[in-house]
Amino acid sequence: MLVSILHRATGDGLAVVGLGVLLWWLGALASGPEAYATFQSAMGSIPGMIVLIGLSWAFFTHMMSGLRHFVLDIGAGYELDTNRMWSIASPIIAIVFTAAFWAAILLR
Amino acid sequence: MGNGTSIGRVRGLGSAHHGAHHWLVQRFTAIGNVVLMSWLLVSLVLMGDFGHSNVAKWLSQPLPATAMILLVTSLFWHARLGLQVLIEDYLHEAGTKFAAIAALNLVTIGGGAFGIFSVAALAFGRTV
Repeated sequence: MLVSILHRATGDGLAVVGLGVLLWWLGALASGPEAYATFQSAMGSIPGMIVLIGLSWAFFTHMMSGLRHFVLDIGAGYELDTNRMWSIASPIIAIVFTAAFWAAILLR
Repeated sequence: MGNGTSIGRVRGLGSAHHGAHHWLVQRFTAIGNVVLMSWLLVSLVLMGDFGHSNVAKWLSQPLPATAMILLVTSLFWHARLGLQVLIEDYLHEAGTKFAAIAALNLVTIGGGAFGIFSVAALAFGRTV
């Protein structure tokens, strides 16, 4: 239940906010250094960082529940214990991925 | 419409016969998203310097430009299919649904075109 709601919520959030940020990034890159500086200062601010971290969390959460869907699509993983285990593990693994990604970005 | 067997009761009411196609493309683009997003996130980690000249130089190379154009295509296609399901689940009035799907098509195709054009503009050296 929670995984299903999370999948839809993160997917819609990524589609609206994530694609918006992606287009802003690409458009600013193509428009030149000034537009890019505006993008960088917006994303480097505290609200901007919260948006970026939120998007990365939404991405990994959506990816994990999506991969879980792939397993269910081939007809595997419907045993109650297995199903329950992965429905709990998927969002937790996503949080680990999110932390690992930002650690890799910030600590290198 | 018959009233006999369960198949008889639904025969002729018909789906659009595109459901399986929608379902499959949602998964094909999902695979594309996983592969290409992995590329993007690894590239971002390896990039280090996020300044304009460095990122623009990187993205104007043939391989990153191609991968980014494919990523934009795959993401927008996947998002269009996903938001279509959202609309179909929550909007039940035919006219409203039609208008929402039409708007969705405009936004996703327009957004995708803008993203692809931006990468192409960088790669073909319109700016800098």
